[in-house]
Amino acid sequence: MTESKSTVSGTPATHVRMQGALNLALKHALAEDDRTLVFGEDVAKLGGVFRVTDGLQETFGIDRVFDSQLAEASIIGMAVGLALHGYRPIPEIQFDGFAYPAMNQIVTQMARMNYRTRGAAPMPITLRLPSFGGIRAPEFHGESLESVLAHVPGLKVVSPSSPNEAYQLLRQSIADPDPVVFMEPKARYWNKAEFDPHVPVSDYLPIGRSRAVRSGKHVTLIAWGAMVAKCLRAAELAEEDGVEIEVLDLRWLKPIDVAGLEESVSRTKRAVVVHEAPFSGGLGGEVSSIITERCFDSLRAPVQRVAGYDVPYPSGALEDQYLPSVNRILRAVQRVLEYRRG
Amino acid sequence: MQREGLILAYSPLRGQEAAQIGSGIALDLARDFAFPTYRELGVAVAMGVDLVGYLASYLGIWHGGLYDPMASRFGSINAVVSGSVLHAVGWAKGAQLSGDGGVAVTYFGDGASSEGEVHEAMNLAGIDKLPVVFFCQNNGWAISLAAERQIAGGTVAGRAAAYGIEGVQIDGNDVIAVLHATRQALARARAGDGPTVIEAMTYRAGPHSTSDDPGRYRSLDDEQKWLSRDPIASFAERLRAEGIADEQFFLAASAEAARAADAVRAGLAALGDRPGEELFDFVFANPTATLQEQKHAWQESTHD
Repeated sequence: MTESKSTVSGTPATHVRMQGALNLALKHALAEDDRTLVFGEDVAKLGGVFRVTDGLQETFGIDRVFDSQLAEASIIGMAVGLALHGYRPIPEIQFDGFAYPAMNQIVTQMARMNYRTRGAAPMPITLRLPSFGGIRAPEFHGESLESVLAHVPGLKVVSPSSPNEAYQLLRQSIADPDPVVFMEPKARYWNKAEFDPHVPVSDYLPIGRSRAVRSGKHVTLIAWGAMVAKCLRAAELAEEDGVEIEVLDLRWLKPIDVAGLEESVSRTKRAVVVHEAPFSGGLGGEVSSIITERCFDSLRAPVQRVAGYDVPYPSGALEDQYLPSVNRILRAVQRVLEYRRG
Repeated sequence: MQREGLILAYSPLRGQEAAQIGSGIALDLARDFAFPTYRELGVAVAMGVDLVGYLASYLGIWHGGLYDPMASRFGSINAVVSGSVLHAVGWAKGAQLSGDGGVAVTYFGDGASSEGEVHEAMNLAGIDKLPVVFFCQNNGWAISLAAERQIAGGTVAGRAAAYGIEGVQIDGNDVIAVLHATRQALARARAGDGPTVIEAMTYRAGPHSTSDDPGRYRSLDDEQKWLSRDPIASFAERLRAEGIADEQFFLAASAEAARAADAVRAGLAALGDRPGEELFDFVFANPTATLQEQKHAWQESTHD
């Protein structure tokens, strides 16, 4: 946390971890708006199992930052009730797999209250959900729920790939009047990167916009969360062979940046979408459909998907076999580059 | 109105009038908030909710009805059994944090008492001594399953002790008993003494909904036994016996009720067809580009 402290004191922090950037975003949100509340399992005294909420209770007190009971449906039900009372709840569900017992409240209540009440009861809730795999965790501590959540009308879904994205996207999610599920890539919590919390809000990309994190002209790789870093690594390796890969960080999984996908792929004419979630019914299918609908005439190859397999998320020892690897990504890139119409 | 085709499907409250009116009128509309299910017309009446807006839900116009739940202090109609019980606890947490003296009253039935969320809600409310009243209308039947197959130990109120909160079982067909119990629970919550479970023993005299057939699971004898304890008839008898109201009063009340019902009928009939655009409104505070595109496509499809 030394990084964020130096930032708060005005010294420009150059590199922080995503965990520190998220902590700072929560700190700033709590300081700016009395209606914001942070709660969840072990978020207060412990500071969260990933320490994202570290020190917040000390600064803002037990009324603004508090520990929830071990009952996930209650965390979301509580958030809905607090929103009805005029608060802006920022609940945490400790691990993505623990969202399953809360699914009733997420889908039937949090997502629908604004619609059900014809806008009279908006739900400005930001549900922080440590997500995805890559940390050798026990069962249900590493899931990829994005296609399930993005399919629910009324929910917005977002996942950051870097400390800067984490800070800006969390601030935007908290300020947004709609419920946002904020999927934090656990595997990236401890990676340091350049960080500047002083970017004016007017310079943030709007909600629903993707970001090209690397430009290229031969193929577009589309990813989110921890897979963005893997795609960047693949792009570096491909560059050695003269292949210029554009990497598009989708960021928002609902709403999806249809225009951004169209813009990039109509230039590169080839696309590969990469995600950790199981292949069939994954969000890669949606992205692939959007590209096919919008860029059919310019496509030089069918859109490829690199994803997890259609298996339950495996144990740590098998994790690397399951997750898309740089090698699998590069093979898909090769397939779209070498594709010839029959 | 359902039989006339005016209403699609309705969950009648017949038999539960005392439980609903007696509790609903106890709320302070300036600071309390009620969380209904889909069978709380009586509470809506007691709290002065716009009844045309309330019944619009059963007309199939809008799931949550057309009334404003925030202005009415009467939450949106919620079709999910036990769905809003946790919301009352969260709202009560907000009331406690802001110190506004408000109390949440959540309605649920014997069927909902089996849902895990109800147990979670009582446990949480007990830990923080939240200002919430758990108002259980034990009407004997969750569609076709009798309460004795729903509630281990035979009582919902009895569970309160284990959560360290107050629990009372009352005659839910006695409107005065209901009023007193609710006022006591509200006062206790306002004083910071925490939640109360009120189990109002009553009877669903009608079907679960207008598409239900109680003849398949309960006897006419059973229904007749409860009809002899009709909450409206027995309260009228009591008012007569104690000389509080005379025939003149009952005639006037009946006429007023008929006038009010006519006004609601007329209001519902006047709602007419709804604009199809509403399909797309209110999903988000501001529609996404994809939703706008879908709305546009829908508009074009209506011009074929």
